[in-house]
Amino acid sequence: MSVTTADTHHDDHHHHAPTGLKRWLFSTNHKDIGTLYLWFSFAMLLVGGLMALVIRAELMYPGMQVVDPEFFNQMTTVHGLVMVFGAIMPATVGLANWMIPLMIGAPDMALPRMNNWSFWILPFAFGILIAAVLMSAFGEGNPSAPNFGWTFYAPLSTKYGPASTDFFILSVHMMGISSIMGAINVIVTVFNLRAPGMTLMKMPLFVWTWLITAFLLVAVMPVLAGAVTMMLTDRNFGTTFFDAAGGGDPVMFQHIFWFFGHPEVYIMILPAFGIVSSIIPTFSRKPLFGYASMVYATASIALLSFVVWAHHMFTVGMPLAGTLFFMYMTMLISVPTGVKVFNWVATMWRGSLTFELPMKWSLAFVILFTCGGLSGLMLAITPVDFQYHDTYFVVAHFHYVLVSGALFTLFAAAYYWLPKWSGVMPSKLLGELHFWNSLLSVNLLFFPMHFVGLAGMPRRYADYALQFADYNWWISIGGFWFGLSQIFFLAVAVRCAMKKGEPAPANPWDAPEEDLEWTVPSPAPFHTFDTPPVVK
Amino acid sequence: MAEQSLQQRNRKTLTKLVIGVVAMFGFAFAMVPLYNVLCDITGLNGKTNSSAAAGPTALDEDRLVTVQFVASNSRGMPWEFAPETRSLKIHPGEIKQVSFYVKNPTGEHMWAQTVPSVSPGVAAQYLKKTQCFCFDKQQLDAGSDESMPMIFYLDPEIPRHVTTVTLSYTIFDITDRVEAEQSAEKKDLAAR
Ligand code: HEM
Ligand SMILES: [Cu+2]
Repeated sequence: MSVTTADTHHDDHHHHAPTGLKRWLFSTNHKDIGTLYLWFSFAMLLVGGLMALVIRAELMYPGMQVVDPEFFNQMTTVHGLVMVFGAIMPATVGLANWMIPLMIGAPDMALPRMNNWSFWILPFAFGILIAAVLMSAFGEGNPSAPNFGWTFYAPLSTKYGPASTDFFILSVHMMGISSIMGAINVIVTVFNLRAPGMTLMKMPLFVWTWLITAFLLVAVMPVLAGAVTMMLTDRNFGTTFFDAAGGGDPVMFQHIFWFFGHPEVYIMILPAFGIVSSIIPTFSRKPLFGYASMVYATASIALLSFVVWAHHMFTVGMPLAGTLFFMYMTMLISVPTGVKVFNWVATMWRGSLTFELPMKWSLAFVILFTCGGLSGLMLAITPVDFQYHDTYFVVAHFHYVLVSGALFTLFAAAYYWLPKWSGVMPSKLLGELHFWNSLLSVNLLFFPMHFVGLAGMPRRYADYALQFADYNWWISIGGFWFGLSQIFFLAVAVRCAMKKGEPAPANPWDAPEEDLEWTVPSPAPFHTFDTPPVVK
Repeated sequence: MAEQSLQQRNRKTLTKLVIGVVAMFGFAFAMVPLYNVLCDITGLNGKTNSSAAAGPTALDEDRLVTVQFVASNSRGMPWEFAPETRSLKIHPGEIKQVSFYVKNPTGEHMWAQTVPSVSPGVAAQYLKKTQCFCFDKQQLDAGSDESMPMIFYLDPEIPRHVTTVTLSYTIFDITDRVEAEQSAEKKDLAAR
């Protein structure tokens, strides 16, 4: 094998990189598309963050002050959808685009045209969703934006859904198609474009976790598409999948949704596992402890994630045997998760640790994600969940695993690979400010939610009983503080994009030389590995 | 040539994955009958039999189980709907008749469907109805009312720890759907 180029890529080879708007609109280059994904997801993080601040502004004091409950419901709904489908997922796809070809010694993604499609669908999908919010907020008398929670349970979203629900359905379909295309691209790339000698068990863990994530996506995004299709026909074409009056069953919606929904939470966290598994060895100056066990743990988490979905619906009145099954399976998932945490700690054990920014974020992740895992275990205990279900305790749980979990690793990844992407080192001062402010504020924001949740404060209400007032004030302060802290990151990212900062060497962190991404210059040239490297 | 074979390999992997995606989309819909079969077997969600059951085979005079009746309206359904008996105690295996009162207070002829649900879920498969208004659609003329009978028994196999069973009905307005079906049928006949 002498030349390995991605198939549709001959014309712009080395000679002229397209410029201006066209470069981005028609791009088939994995690095450009990765950059687009990353900027897009950061923009969505800010949009979703603004909605979260509306929520926290309303909840800062008891009683109604900022928005009416109807709009509050739209905020919780669209905040969740934007963060899950617009911020976290596209960010991990962006990282996959940038890093997987560099990590396996491939010249590009295997299906570059599809890659372009899968990105460019997204702005339209979110344009539709956000337009619904803007129209409801600023158009007197317009119907409400989606207001039924990010889990869009029937019949709230079918029979009682506002007119904008049909836009929501279209938007979810588009997001789904985009992520399925992204996932297919990853699988084809990893299967067919690895450099000679790069066997599966030599792949960096980030590639492994993404490969497994991609299979999860291919398996469950179509199920989500099925669910919204049933909603569409229930709403508009007289079917009664979820309508009891016609023989359907609204609880079945929950089963279908969570059959997608639980694997979905692992879709958001597995790439994060891969990121810290790359970063911790570098800054411990030791190889990753238990590489093979990490791969198997990831695979078992993925398999188990298909048989735990009903832990989200313990209270719907399942038979005892079913409840027990889902309870034990859920607890079983924490075993492979525990293996991973153990391996990260063992990697650091007796390593020569240094604490550069990527490592700081990764360490914060390991500790705070474990907190989130522990509250998850509490929720997995069925009788306990009867009390905790739909309270702020659940909100605390999933924000610990998603914000101080997934989002923190995305920042870790950004600080780690920004030198490679941009050619300049991210600003240390701004980065430290970003890290410490985020770390402190995220705990002020989410930790007290455990307490108010245990005390019985329900989620998804625009108001609360007076006894929760003080905690909620602090939570809101944490929220604004966390939100503002992200401006530091905006500054870091913009500075790097403008090439302001210390020039980065090819391997600024002294990463192990098996990690192929550090063997190319910084910034990574437009085309890399046109001749595949040989992996020993 | 190496290049072509890469393209072919890509295409092959792509085809397999697309088949997987389509299959999983189908699986979402396959979950509907699967779910219904599971519910029938396990009584999940308190679904009861939707066609008449045969009579009981035994009688358990040793214990009494309380059966409660609840009726509620789905949002926007204007009918009055209430059980005439709120609660009774029966022996498993004993056949009982109760009735529910409905009234259509509107000025129009309407169609309705009632949907039963049993709690606790485990009891659902032991509550057997030999006759029930819920097996069929109901219609009432403007302003008229009716007392709808329901005949049931509890299967003597019902677990001993179940001492109270609640049977709740929700009534739904299905006028639009029925009328749409009827006009479609009429069109069909006219076309023939
Ligand atoms: C040790 C592992 C975990 C266990 C045992 C666990 C368990 C649970 C349980 C039982 C619930 C349902 C609570 C309720 O609604 O009453 C829940 C909710 C949730 N979990 Fe986890 N979880 C774990 C890890 C994770 C991870 C890694 C993520 C995502 C990265 C995650 C995301 C979520 C989300 C988003 C919800 C709430 C969904 C909603 O109702 O809106 N969990 N978890
Ligand atoms: Cu879950």
